[in-house]
Amino acid sequence: MFDVKKIREDFPILKRKVNGENLIYFDNAATSQTPIKVINSISSYYSNYNANIHRGVHSLSQEATNAYELARKKIQDHFNISKLNEVIFTSGTTHSINIIASGYSSLLKKGDELIVSALEHHSNIVPWQMLCERSELTLKVIPITQEGTLDMKAYDSLLSQKTKLVFVNHVSNALGIINPIEEIISKAHKYGAKVLIDGAQSAPHIKTDLKLLDVDYYAISAHKLCGPTGVGMLYGKEDLLNDLPPYQGGGEMISEVTFKKTTYAGLPHKFEAGTPNISGVIAFGVAIDYLNEIDLEQISTYENELLEYGTNQLNLIQGLRIYGKSKNKTPVISFNVNEIHTYDIGCILDKMGIAVRTGHHCAQPIMDFYKIPGTVRASFSFYNTKEEIDIMIIALNKAIQMLQ
Amino acid sequence: MTIKELQKEIVNEFSFFENWTQRYEYMIELGKSLPLINIKYKTNENIIKGCQSKVWVFAELNKDRLEFTADSDAIITKGIIALLIRVFSNQHPKDILEAETGFIDEIGLKEHLSPTRANGLGSMIKQIKMYAIAFQTQLN
Repeated sequence: MFDVKKIREDFPILKRKVNGENLIYFDNAATSQTPIKVINSISSYYSNYNANIHRGVHSLSQEATNAYELARKKIQDHFNISKLNEVIFTSGTTHSINIIASGYSSLLKKGDELIVSALEHHSNIVPWQMLCERSELTLKVIPITQEGTLDMKAYDSLLSQKTKLVFVNHVSNALGIINPIEEIISKAHKYGAKVLIDGAQSAPHIKTDLKLLDVDYYAISAHKLCGPTGVGMLYGKEDLLNDLPPYQGGGEMISEVTFKKTTYAGLPHKFEAGTPNISGVIAFGVAIDYLNEIDLEQISTYENELLEYGTNQLNLIQGLRIYGKSKNKTPVISFNVNEIHTYDIGCILDKMGIAVRTGHHCAQPIMDFYKIPGTVRASFSFYNTKEEIDIMIIALNKAIQMLQ
Repeated sequence: MTIKELQKEIVNEFSFFENWTQRYEYMIELGKSLPLINIKYKTNENIIKGCQSKVWVFAELNKDRLEFTADSDAIITKGIIALLIRVFSNQHPKDILEAETGFIDEIGLKEHLSPTRANGLGSMIKQIKMYAIAFQTQLN
């Protein structure tokens, strides 16, 4: 049974006060909070078996290696990934995307085309722009409709034999819209193009089966999944990852080093140069366990209730406009109230202990599309409650009254 | 009045407020009421881009005193700008250079100067000092 009261007990931070008020944390799309189990796993690593992995013959190193590799297995299972060596640990989604973008410069030639969507976070735009500049490629953009959904007819017309790679987020961070990635992937494959899905915003809410999805590359961050910051995962199909050159050189990623020639290690080590964030990866595995104990299906059902309730309550406020209207959304509500600046609303809500995100959310093209400088974004998680939404509505009404 | 006296006056005014709501209502009122910059100076050249709100600052020398005008697209930011202008405008560049800005702390608005707020205010104070350096050199 899903019991939000009991779940809240798992998160020590939810007990704290901000500016004298109970914290209401509605900035989950930026980062999720961390359950005590995950926090303890980090402290337990440093207290009991801190050692460098994959090299030492001593017991601590073996224990640390086992725990690190167990995390890889947990993540493989969670996302139904075919092979264990297709799970690459990175520092986060941005790092994951950069590994692919950087690697493709050796695979593409002048005139090849890449397709991105207008709904992307800057981290899924800028690495590709850098690639396009280096390799003289063309970047095409799938436009969005007024509702904030992708214009799929336009996507059809952008695809051609020249298309080599398509990269789209599963869920828009600024609007919470869920994109039809199954369709995007299957259509791209018809032209022989590969697809990268940025799963940073979807993984906390939607159970994703990567084998079924038949996606070529997939990137996520642990800190949006109740895990620690500075850790993420890159998935890639084995043969495709083998075709890519290493991203960074260093220890761990080599097979043999001489000054004449160095040969590289196989997957996944080829992309895990240097000592990784060992405690972070172990904690990432614990976070995945935690989410599975609660069950992502139950999480999603409960979060949809919050989304519907929050949307209805916000819609009662005069002059409030919600951006991104679709039945397929994660619990994210992006809005503006009349002409009030989002900074002003954010400051006043903070005074009342409420954390929301304001501004352009690292997705300026979307803001340009709506001709606004930014939005207020309230993003919910399974440990939030309807009572918290009620308090936000009262606070928001007070802010509006003060600012108008 | 000197910069110090003006700062003291503001700190004194703020001491009558009992809570943050009253402080913010006052800031918002300041932000709403003052036309702070001539529209012809509200250009990209005079903009300080914060990630969240924008600030425009312009300075000109009137005899030996520096006059500041400024604006922001966010009201609370604009309210703080109004306070900064009240303190620093019509002062000698040398006095501006030597002045401290601790009064923002004292009136409970310190968080607005934190870099994470990305509102351009921290840069605005730097810009005010830069103008003071430039005009001080000119006066010498």
